[in-house]
Amino acid sequence: MGRARVRALARVEPGGGDQVTDWLRRWLPAGRTLVASVPYLWLLLFFLIPFVIVLKISFSQSAIAMPPYEPLLHWASEKVAQVQLNFGNFAFLVEDNLYWKSYLNSIFVAGVSTLLCLLIGYPLAYAMARSSPATRNILLLLAVLPFFTSFLLRVYAWIGLLKNNGLVNNALIALGVIDEPIQMLQTDFAVYVGMVYSYLPFMVLPLYSNLEKLDLTLLEAAADLGCRPWQAFLKVTLPLSLPGIIAGCLLVFIPAVGEFVIPSLLGDPGMLMIGKVLWTEFFNNRDWPVASAVAIALLLFLVLPIMYLDKAQNAANEEGERG
Amino acid sequence: MQGFSWFRMLSLAVGFGFLYVPIASLIVYSFNKSKLVTVWGGFSTKWYGALLQNEQILNAAWLSLRVAAISATLAVALGTLAGMALARFGPFKGRTLFSGLTTAPLVMPEVITGLSLLLLFVTMEQLIGWPAGRGMTTIIIAHVTFTMAFVTVIVQSRLTQMDESLEEAAMDLGARPWKVFFVITLPIIFPALLSGWLLAFTLSLDDLVITSFVAGPGSSTLPMVIFSKVRLGVSPDINALATILVTIVAIGVAVAGVLMARQQKIRDRDAQMALAANQQMIESLKKG
Repeated sequence: MGRARVRALARVEPGGGDQVTDWLRRWLPAGRTLVASVPYLWLLLFFLIPFVIVLKISFSQSAIAMPPYEPLLHWASEKVAQVQLNFGNFAFLVEDNLYWKSYLNSIFVAGVSTLLCLLIGYPLAYAMARSSPATRNILLLLAVLPFFTSFLLRVYAWIGLLKNNGLVNNALIALGVIDEPIQMLQTDFAVYVGMVYSYLPFMVLPLYSNLEKLDLTLLEAAADLGCRPWQAFLKVTLPLSLPGIIAGCLLVFIPAVGEFVIPSLLGDPGMLMIGKVLWTEFFNNRDWPVASAVAIALLLFLVLPIMYLDKAQNAANEEGERG
Repeated sequence: MQGFSWFRMLSLAVGFGFLYVPIASLIVYSFNKSKLVTVWGGFSTKWYGALLQNEQILNAAWLSLRVAAISATLAVALGTLAGMALARFGPFKGRTLFSGLTTAPLVMPEVITGLSLLLLFVTMEQLIGWPAGRGMTTIIIAHVTFTMAFVTVIVQSRLTQMDESLEEAAMDLGARPWKVFFVITLPIIFPALLSGWLLAFTLSLDDLVITSFVAGPGSSTLPMVIFSKVRLGVSPDINALATILVTIVAIGVAVAGVLMARQQKIRDRDAQMALAANQQMIESLKKG
């Protein structure tokens, strides 16, 4: 039984605690409330309440004014307030093919990008976790470093690499593989490259921290029992690393669905991505209510994956506490 | 696992090559004389000179640096409190929502966060007259909100790995919780706070989408200027700018890495000394 568990029991039993719990009980309530409530209130005000406002505005009429929407609350007479809900924005999303196609395409692109990140990230994380402890720290630092450099500039770097007279085409022509430059920039291919490149660290880090903890004696046992390395990998390592795979995939997939910068810099201008649609509705068409409706629809789709990710992270933290 | 060695080397080479070749190409071509970014025309540092004379970029960079420093500091303060609450307080009322609120900003698509914060600021201005207009204040609030989530994760995971018996020992010896935090916990988790600050700083310095929503006229940050330039095509002075930023970040991360390694060494030595002392005591007890 872990120490944490013992303490939890001591906390539950009134009067049965040791000196530590007495101290905790006497001193922490006031301090604790203060410690938790400052960030809590900040997040409620600046993260949760804004969604309520987005929901409200998604039901309002667009208008030529500043801000460009009509209030929901009308004073029908002096004392009767009337709330007018306008479902037109959502009806618009359902009727117009553009939105459906953008949603489906965004989900598809994010899904493929997640899969590619997993295929590249898993061997990388595995190789890092199996290196000697000293090398491991250096490799970890190297894997984290791009994470600290500008995302926008890293996407920009790919424009220079992928354009028609860019490095990749020039290298391929010099090697004699192709005669004419291939159109790579402004294609889906460029978007996938940019996505995998930008989101790879989000996949590698949770996988690495999972694989690093793997008990190697399990693999030895599997080998002793006649498992070949590949069988041992499929039957032992892979199932045990499933929490890392799930966390990494969610960390890539959720933000990738709403990605704006990568498709607008590397993709075809006509590529349908929901992040771009929202941006255009807001900045170019100045239709705030439709932009809000797009955001709400996207949020409804992402709420479950986000909750699942939160659950997975809490489980991982508890594991860390026990270990 | 010896047979896998070539596979391991290949994975590392492909993975890290993919991560670093684009950054290296940015740096190499920032010293290119030719205006065509991908045609080598000889070594030159003229783009760095051009950068230093570009007032628009310099102003935007100054604004971005101030915003990043202030919001990273606030984010570390709030994120540490949130990490403490999640790692140390056990179950409390509203914990599930709180935990969700610290996880969601990590992955929330930026267009949604940006739009919702802008609508909040507009509504608040209508209701209470604050914040009046949009500019540095609104950008800082937005950046604190999404970067504190990253700090929270780092601090929380550091706290769960930390040996809690140190805090318990201090409390047994009569230290009050606040003193325990500042004398025991804070020094131990300091490297995590440092890397949290660095991460928050770079995320803030780098953010385009959320900032575009909440920035007002006349408060263009560096990424906004870069984005509008990059949309028109590659230009070598952006490469020079990228090289400067990458260098600053690399130095920052290297310094943080060295600091952390040194602290780890001190901690290991202390632990060994404590262990040795403990064993001596046991030996003397056995004899006595």
